[in-house]
Amino acid sequence: MTEPLYSLSISRLAPLLSRGEVSPVEVTEQLLDRIRRRNGELNAYLTVDETGARAQARDAEARLRREEATPLTGIPLALKDVLVTQGLRTTCASKILENFVPPYDATVCARLRQAGAVFLGKVNMDEFAMGSSTENSAFGPTLNPWHREHIPGGSSGGSAAAVAADLCIASLGSDTGGSIRQPASHCGVVGLKPTYGRVSRYGLVAYASSLDQIGPLTKEVRDAALLLQAIAGFDAKDSTSVPTPVPDYLEVLGQEIRGLKVGVPREYFGHGLDKEVEAAVQGALKTLASLGAELVEVSLPHTEYAVATYYVVAVAEASSNLARYDGVKYGLRAEGRNLLEMYAHTRTLGFGAEVRRRIMLGTYALSAGYYEAYYQKALQVRTLIRRDFEAAFEQCALLAAPVAPTPAFRLGEKVADPLTMYLSDIFTISANLAGIPGLSVPCGFSSLGLPIGLQLLGPPFGEAVLLQTASAFEQATDFHRRKAPF
Amino acid sequence: MALTREEVLHVAELARLSLGPEEIEVFTRQLNDILTYIQKLQELDTRGISPLAHVIPIFNAFKEDKVQAGLPRDLALDNAPAREEGNFVVPRVI
Repeated sequence: MTEPLYSLSISRLAPLLSRGEVSPVEVTEQLLDRIRRRNGELNAYLTVDETGARAQARDAEARLRREEATPLTGIPLALKDVLVTQGLRTTCASKILENFVPPYDATVCARLRQAGAVFLGKVNMDEFAMGSSTENSAFGPTLNPWHREHIPGGSSGGSAAAVAADLCIASLGSDTGGSIRQPASHCGVVGLKPTYGRVSRYGLVAYASSLDQIGPLTKEVRDAALLLQAIAGFDAKDSTSVPTPVPDYLEVLGQEIRGLKVGVPREYFGHGLDKEVEAAVQGALKTLASLGAELVEVSLPHTEYAVATYYVVAVAEASSNLARYDGVKYGLRAEGRNLLEMYAHTRTLGFGAEVRRRIMLGTYALSAGYYEAYYQKALQVRTLIRRDFEAAFEQCALLAAPVAPTPAFRLGEKVADPLTMYLSDIFTISANLAGIPGLSVPCGFSSLGLPIGLQLLGPPFGEAVLLQTASAFEQATDFHRRKAPF
Repeated sequence: MALTREEVLHVAELARLSLGPEEIEVFTRQLNDILTYIQKLQELDTRGISPLAHVIPIFNAFKEDKVQAGLPRDLALDNAPAREEGNFVVPRVI
């Protein structure tokens, strides 16, 4: 075999592991070695757990020998540092949690452990998942492996960069307003945000609880199906997880999409869309049509209100969720002459500027006299956004659109202007507000060689049709085969 | 409805944050930019539209009221910045 093991996908590595041609220890050591040598160039990992990874790899090896393996047994993964891992530092890329060692596992981590996966470590992100570029990390930005002067996207930028740079086989991220799909698009990998309630959020450090979802970032579509299969399903520990049965996501892969109605939302193709992104997405639509899909134009008339709605709803929830960082039970504590001063000093020292900005905005939006004008109003508009999607899905099985209005922008380009940064999430935010699933699959490159993603959006619990369509698209194209020059 | 410097300070106090003099200015400007943008929502007539706080049709999630082992006290205290005799220690309140 000429390709190094670290460059393989789950789907290509798993058969080698199960046939005993390759050992999980060998793959894990290759990856740990690569991380040791090359992570410094990108800053994808915040914590590497060599000891833990080796122990899991040895367990996986024994399990494979006993023939009790799952498709994830012995697969080395990187976890976004917003997922708590028992005994392994979890920082949320924040100074306030710099030394936090969780006493329990997030449900998704527990399920992956049970499946026999190997955790290489925890990857970088925007602090508390608030951002679109990974520049808001307290531990420095992650760079895009395709072009190191550019951002990898965010907030799951460490996950996307680690997958694209072969510093892991696959990764889990979280998506509150686009934080899986946008970095996946910017780094040329597959990213899937499941339906709200499909995957347990227990142990996902909360940012905006009515919007947050955990999902995979992978080298190919089939890997996303495999990971989703392992993490989806009801969990009594998350009262918003849904008892709807989990279908077989692998079954639909390879099924043709002839006759499938694909909606093209007119509002996602107008003003502000970069020409190269538009060309790549239009090309992707042609490919879908050539595979027999029927393209229908649809309208999501409230699209232009999504960003404003999000920056009320998300920040309101954040201001409440982040009240727990008080310097008492865990995390950083700064000194103060009394309790109130201790709180204020701790939170001012511990939180970065963007987190403080969002807490301030949310506190204001929920404060006496402004609640109706901001929060109540935003929740009403959220209903309108949800209804737009319900109407659209009466005309089609799924939607196809761009993920982000431009390819990855330059580091530092939008740091000084939060509003401009927020507007870069314009095409991904609506899915979170409506609770529907979304997927990004590579569909082209800009003239600078930066990846461009195609976004597929489905009705609630429509992950299977997204995976089926993305897989058909992937098989008809070779964008996913191109590797980052890293 | 522009946010004044005093309002920014008041919100910071509610949020248990303290802002430096330069930061007050930057935050006042940035928060006003964002709030101006958010005013866009007022263009829409939402009379009679019910608010959507939650997207899934779950209204109550019941589970059996059963005694289960919780986090052991030592483990729960392991991350505390200050602890004493099995308790969290906070600055004097009274």
